[in-house]
Amino acid sequence: MLDTAALKHLPAAPGVGYKPQHFAQITAEPGSVNWLEIHAENYMGDGGRPLAQLRHLAERFAMSVHGVGLSIGGEGPLDTDHLARLKTLVGWLNPASFSEHLAWSTHDSHFYNDLLPLPYTDTALTRVCDHIDQLQEAIGRKMLLENPSSYLAFAESTWSEPEFLAEISRRTGCGLLLDVNNVFVSATNLDFSPQGYIDAFALEKVGEIHLGGHDKDEDDHGRPLLIDSHGREVVDPVWALLDYTLAQSGAKPILIEWDNDVPDWPILEAEAARAASALERIAA
Amino acid sequence: MTVTQAEFARAMMDAGEPIPLGLTDHQENSAGRRFNVYRNNVAVSLTEAMHGAFPVISKLLGQKNMDGLAGLFLRQHPPSSPLMMFYGEEFPAFLEGLEQLKHLGYLADVARLELALRHSYHAADAEPIEADLLAALSAEDLMQSRLSLAPALQVIKSSWPIHALWLFNTRENAPKPSALAQDVLITRPEFDPIPQVLPPSGAVWISALMGGATIGEALEQASANTENFDLGATLTLLLQGGAITGLENKG
Repeated sequence: MLDTAALKHLPAAPGVGYKPQHFAQITAEPGSVNWLEIHAENYMGDGGRPLAQLRHLAERFAMSVHGVGLSIGGEGPLDTDHLARLKTLVGWLNPASFSEHLAWSTHDSHFYNDLLPLPYTDTALTRVCDHIDQLQEAIGRKMLLENPSSYLAFAESTWSEPEFLAEISRRTGCGLLLDVNNVFVSATNLDFSPQGYIDAFALEKVGEIHLGGHDKDEDDHGRPLLIDSHGREVVDPVWALLDYTLAQSGAKPILIEWDNDVPDWPILEAEAARAASALERIAA
Repeated sequence: MTVTQAEFARAMMDAGEPIPLGLTDHQENSAGRRFNVYRNNVAVSLTEAMHGAFPVISKLLGQKNMDGLAGLFLRQHPPSSPLMMFYGEEFPAFLEGLEQLKHLGYLADVARLELALRHSYHAADAEPIEADLLAALSAEDLMQSRLSLAPALQVIKSSWPIHALWLFNTRENAPKPSALAQDVLITRPEFDPIPQVLPPSGAVWISALMGGATIGEALEQASANTENFDLGATLTLLLQGGAITGLENKG
């Protein structure tokens, strides 16, 4: 295993979302797994096992902190208590990367525990950029912003998603986290070309790629409605879209996300190994 | 056709509300079932969080009843912060307020125990003192000492057999609970919180210590409450649980 903990950025290699049930095996048999990502909010207690495990893992692996609760796309102001908690975590852990979502989850002090969509308008653009400026100021580093999975569209939107993200990156200096499964899910649900989306994406700003599994449903008209569930293997068309992306972007850190019905370690590691093969193919 | 987040949230939390105009599919049809993905995600994720947070309540009530209760609870008390580890603070009081559960009077206190276990799990680490430090004191000095207690320590007072109920529903071959009041002490010697039954007035003694009383002053309070209060047994529980983190002698 590489001594990546000292690196200031994630290695262009596979990583996985860390699950406590894999703690022992991750260090004993990391296989293709070079780095780990944690959900920030699970490590905001004051002590105990979660923080002890995190300290231990951070000595051996490059770490990525992925926030799921800041509500960057929220209409209201950011929760300053939560900003302070993020600052504390990023401060002591000093991870290789910090990322959050183009989404909202809090309204009127209620937290909905889901990533909710926003319209791509000039007003939303200004608000998101203000929030990212505020976050980057608070934690003292640049963040990566992730593209969402879309199930519906806003009639009021005036920007395409890749343009919207590229403009946020241009204005705030933040990098982008490209979730290739989310692209596939959104493209299926909203009937656009996933390759076209990748072509339009600011790939030079991408600091990390996410891959995960999705579920299948149907809308009112019997058309496919894919749901980002992170509960199974990455499907073949998404692996193909990863190849398509890497051919243009070059090697990137690639994360396997598997948050529900978490499998045994060898199954998760096999997904990471498949990502390693994809990286090898573009190096060849 | 602007859709505010207030409108979005209202429709998401109440399936009786119309889906906001301005949310569409790619052909400008109304979003319809597509919006239900969000309704479903929020309800399912918060219901799962409640099952994970209150496994014993879930077992006592049964999966389906707990699903129903969680559905009511999450709409009345959506999380107030992204720290899901502490979701459900209002659940014990919510349970107490339900007329149809009045015959299960112990539920709220069992829920308090489960909440306290989670708080203990995530509490700050603290180094315990050596037991010898206490043993070295004369009886008089001991009575005049004050103790600092670990952040992971929790005390739950109850008129129900909450420890027995918890044990019966989390351990195989645990004895059937019998009807007696149990105050519970939670300590965290390492990473796993351990709930144990306190002797009568042990909770009074510990609460007095936490309020800044000396060991002697706390003993007076406990003895006023229970004749023959067992100081030794209570102190031993704290020491074994690594829950005493500081000793201050009054010179």
